[in-house]
Order: sequence, then structure tokens, then C-alpha cells
Amino acid sequence: MSIVTATVTAETVAVPARRRGGFWHSLARNPKAVVGVVIFLLFTVMAVWPGLFTSVSDPNALEFMPSEQPSGDHLLGTTALGQDIWAQLVFGARQSLVIAVVAGGCATVLSVLVGVTAAYLGGIVDDILSLLTNAILVIPAFPLIIIFAKYAGQGGLPVILAVLVFTGWSYGANQLRAQALSLRSRDFLEAARVRGERRSYIILAEVLPNLASLIVANFLGAALYSVLTAAGLQFLGLGDPNSVSWGTMLYWSQNQQALQTGMPLWSIAPGLCVALLGASFALVNYAFDEISSPALRPVRRHRVRRSRQRTDRG
Amino acid sequence: MRYLVRRLGFFVLTLWAALTLNFFIPRLMPGSPVDALRTRTHNRLSQDALEQLLASFGFKPNANLLQQYLDYLGDMFTGHWGVSIGASLGQPITQIIAQALPWTVGLVGVATVIAFVLGTLIGAVAGWRRGGVLDSILPTVFVITSALPYFWVALLLILFFSVWTGGWLPHDFNYDSTIVPGWTPEFIGSVLVHAILPAATIIVTAVGGWILTMRNNMIATLSEDYVRMARAKGLSDWKIMTGYAARNAILPNLSGFAMSLGFVVSGAILVEYVFNYPGLGYLLYNAVQNTDYPLMQVLFLLFTAAVLVAVLICDFAIVALDPRARATS
Repeated sequence: MSIVTATVTAETVAVPARRRGGFWHSLARNPKAVVGVVIFLLFTVMAVWPGLFTSVSDPNALEFMPSEQPSGDHLLGTTALGQDIWAQLVFGARQSLVIAVVAGGCATVLSVLVGVTAAYLGGIVDDILSLLTNAILVIPAFPLIIIFAKYAGQGGLPVILAVLVFTGWSYGANQLRAQALSLRSRDFLEAARVRGERRSYIILAEVLPNLASLIVANFLGAALYSVLTAAGLQFLGLGDPNSVSWGTMLYWSQNQQALQTGMPLWSIAPGLCVALLGASFALVNYAFDEISSPALRPVRRHRVRRSRQRTDRG
Repeated sequence: MRYLVRRLGFFVLTLWAALTLNFFIPRLMPGSPVDALRTRTHNRLSQDALEQLLASFGFKPNANLLQQYLDYLGDMFTGHWGVSIGASLGQPITQIIAQALPWTVGLVGVATVIAFVLGTLIGAVAGWRRGGVLDSILPTVFVITSALPYFWVALLLILFFSVWTGGWLPHDFNYDSTIVPGWTPEFIGSVLVHAILPAATIIVTAVGGWILTMRNNMIATLSEDYVRMARAKGLSDWKIMTGYAARNAILPNLSGFAMSLGFVVSGAILVEYVFNYPGLGYLLYNAVQNTDYPLMQVLFLLFTAAVLVAVLICDFAIVALDPRARATS
């Protein structure tokens, strides 16, 4: 009985995904994806035009009465240092988004380069690249990041981005290598080789388009990882304490004992923003899986492995 | 056999890579241990005395780099881990770690196991009742919980169960410091009560991943022919679910579980930090704050070694459990 329901639901999801253009259509009809995209767009608008949401122009200036409760003037109250909490939240969106897009993007590019090269060239190159990937994968990332950030001085944005990319690419590289390996022996690639196409053409025009959905999924995963890790790092005080970001707000609120001194909003609100942005990536990613999984069998196996990524976070 | 040799080779190479990374990071980055030590001793020691102290844990700034490297490798393997130059100046590192290790293994280890067992059970039931109430709400809820920042969940729990309820549950340290440690019911109770909030934080954020993967594996397994055959034989639903479907669905999760057990030793740094829980993760945070280079080095080595050993044991176990792994190797 359950077999029947399982296959039926799988079919109904899979069929529209196979039609040309139907993929985006089914993405738009998936409530998880819609919620995720809406949250992301909202934060993007905040990051680009903070002036639409608040009249404060310098969120770090100590220009208000400290420790005010929420009111008409200050939607979420003020910090113990005299800053408007709502204004800090609005301006903080920018850095989190930059971290998500830049670190997630660079890590994804790196994992595509390493993964596809390893799978396509094979032999000794594959052995070396796989060893490197697996080594980075098992080295505990968060402790390493903390140590890096400390040695590199109070980490500004470039330092944080660099360590996130360095530790964030290996998981995707492993997945892409496995997927590219399974493509290698397919007929259409064999045909391209027989036609005498150049290697660069085969990789760019034949292999990469077939990896597109996995690459997008990897970007979402890497972006989620980057947002959470960067916030954790800044929360511990290893970021730039003067930067405007949600992680830094959390650091100062913890520093000033916000929870114990009756100002919970100061630390709960920026954490909620980090959680919402993280949830938006996770929701879109899961919606992606739901739509493409029944049609592409290997993806289901990859999703199984994805659980490892969670386990190595501090 | 070839498979096992390959895995052993990987183990040795990765351990070496981690050790080397560990050796070169402090030497390539700005800021030297001598400076850190000078601030720590408030300028009261001469340059000579400082260098002598540093030499006792393997920092010989004037020696040949290769010689330093070889000495360092030897010291790490023989357990000559030196002394702390941080908050507990002069205390042997083996002693510091021995104090913190049981707390981390106890808290993070137990929480990790609970999260895995709970997640696997819920995931198996959700996958079995495909399309049921449980199955339609669970994925959305747990996709979100598994994307929550650990420390934020910790802050929320503190707010709800400690601050707003006038201190129902403690949120600081690992036991009530007014109680004398010992095998007394009072002390054990205090330890347990202090572990509730940090353990809950870890379980809440970790359980989602296990539920989702188990549910997805379960759905994949249920469409296999052997499950169909079990039905044809007229076995009870319970037997099919536990003995046929769940039993196979759990296999892909085991290696992930082994790895997360390896990560137990590195502790949940952010959780231990929020709760001031004196485990290894908190120790690393403090070592970093106090630029305690020797302690940092040893901790990082320990964390990596724990994961590697867990992965290695898992590789061996898979060969023993799964005939297919033996065949393809």
C-alpha cells in the first residue's frame, strides 16, 4: 500500500520536472521554495536600500539614549551603548548577504574546478585531488577557522571570506566529482569525443550543463554554511568588532549581558535574522531536491551524504 | 585488502597534513609566541628566560626550521605536549586536557547519540507513513531547525528556561560550584541539571538532519523489490518496517554517524562558549583568546585525530558488514 503511494507521489513530482521550462514552473509552485525566495529577496532589498527601512544613517553611532525599550521612535529599542537596534539589523543585512554570495560563490567555483578536473582527467591527477579534497573534508573546520582568524588578527571581511572558502569547497568537490564520474561513460560524451571536439568544449558545453542542478544545490549549501559560520565567528568576537553585521551585534549583546539585563531583543533579533537567511537557503535547497530527486537517481544518494556537512560545525 | 591499505594510507597522509598545517600556521602568521608570552608575564621575564621557556615546548625560534619541524613531529607522537602559556601558565597540557575531556565526551557525546537515535526513529516512522500528517509537516519544520545557528538556539533556551522563569534551569558552568565534587547524589544531580540546556541545544539543531536523511532513505528503500516480497509473504507491517526497510535505510547514515562521533571531541565550541561549559571546545576558545600556542596546537591535533580514527573504524566496519564493499575493493 505504501509502495503505491510512494511511487505515485514520486511520479507526480517528476513528470513536470522533465518538461522543458517545467522545472522553474514547479519551483514556483513549491511552497518551500517560494517562502525561501521571498525571504532572500526581502533581505536583498534591505541590503541594497537600507534607507527604505530606517531613517538612521550611521547605525553604529552612539546617538540615542541607551537601553530604551521598544517604542515608536525605536521599533526594537536601543542597545546598552545607545544605538538603534532596528537600524543595525537593517544595515547588517548587507554584510551577511555579501558573505553568503561571495564565499558561497567562490567555494562553489573552486569545488567545480577541482571536482570536474579530477573526474575528467582521472589517473594520478584524480588521486591527488581526491586525497586533498578528503583531507580538507575531515579536518575539523570550525576550530581551524577560529585559529586562522586569531592568527590573522581581528578578522576583517577579507580574512573571514578567505577562511570560509578554504574550508567550504571540499564537500561540493566530492559530490561533483562523483556526479561527473558517472557522466563520463555516457554516450553523448563519447559521441562528442568521436566528433573530435576539444576537451574545453566538452567540459564547458557538455559536462557542466548536466551538473547545473547539483552546482546550484552546492552553492545554496555553501552559502548556508558561510552565513552560519561567519555569524558564529563574529559572535565569539573574532570578527571586526566595529563592523555592522548581525554576528557583531550578537557579540556586543553577549558582551553586555543583554539577556540578563532585560534586553532580550538585542540578542534575539539579530540571531533570528541569521536563522531566517539560513532557513531561506535551506528551504530552496530542499525544494530543489524534492523537484529533481525522483528523475535523477544519483541526487538521492548525494542527499544522503549531505548529512555529513552538518556534523562538522562547532 | 587493497581497500584497507588505501584507507590506512589516507589516514596517515591526512594526519601528517594536519600536523604540518598545525606547525606552519603559527609560524607564517603575524604575531609571535614570544610577544604573546611577554604580555602574559607582564614584561617581568628577560628575553633569555622567555626563549628558554618557549624552548621547553618546542618553540626554538633560532633553530633550523627543518630541525624544529622534526622535533615537533616527534614530540606530538610521544606525548611531550609541553606546558600552557595561557591562563594556566606552566600547567602541563596533558593535565589540562584530561580535566576537560570527560565533560565534552559526556555532554556532546551523549547529546549526539540521543539526536541520532531520536532522528532515526522519527525519520523511519515518517518515511513509513508517507503522506501522513507527520510526513507532511516534518520536512519543513526540520529543514528550518537544521539551518538554525547553534548559539542562537542556546540563547533562546536560556531566555525561556532560565531568565524568564527565574532560574528554573542553570545556564552557567558544569555543576553548582558550592557542591563538593564526588560520587554523591547531590553532585550527580547538579551535573545532570546543568547539562540539560546545552544538551537540548545540540539535540534540537542536530536531530533535523538525521530525520530528513532517514526519511528519504526509507522512501527509497520502500520501493525496493525485497520489501515488495516481504509484503507478498504476508509479513506484519511492523516486521517489514523494522526488519526490512529501516534496517537497510539506516546503512548510509552510519558513516555520517561515525564521523559525527569523531567530531564529538572537538566539542560544540559555540554551545560550550554560551554555557561556559568547561569542555575541550571552550578550552580551545580560551586558548585562542590567550594566544596559548602550545595548547591550541595540541587541541587541534586531537580534534583531527579523533575524526580520522572514527572514519578509519567506520571504513573497517563497512568492510566487515557489507559484502559489496569487499567485492568492489
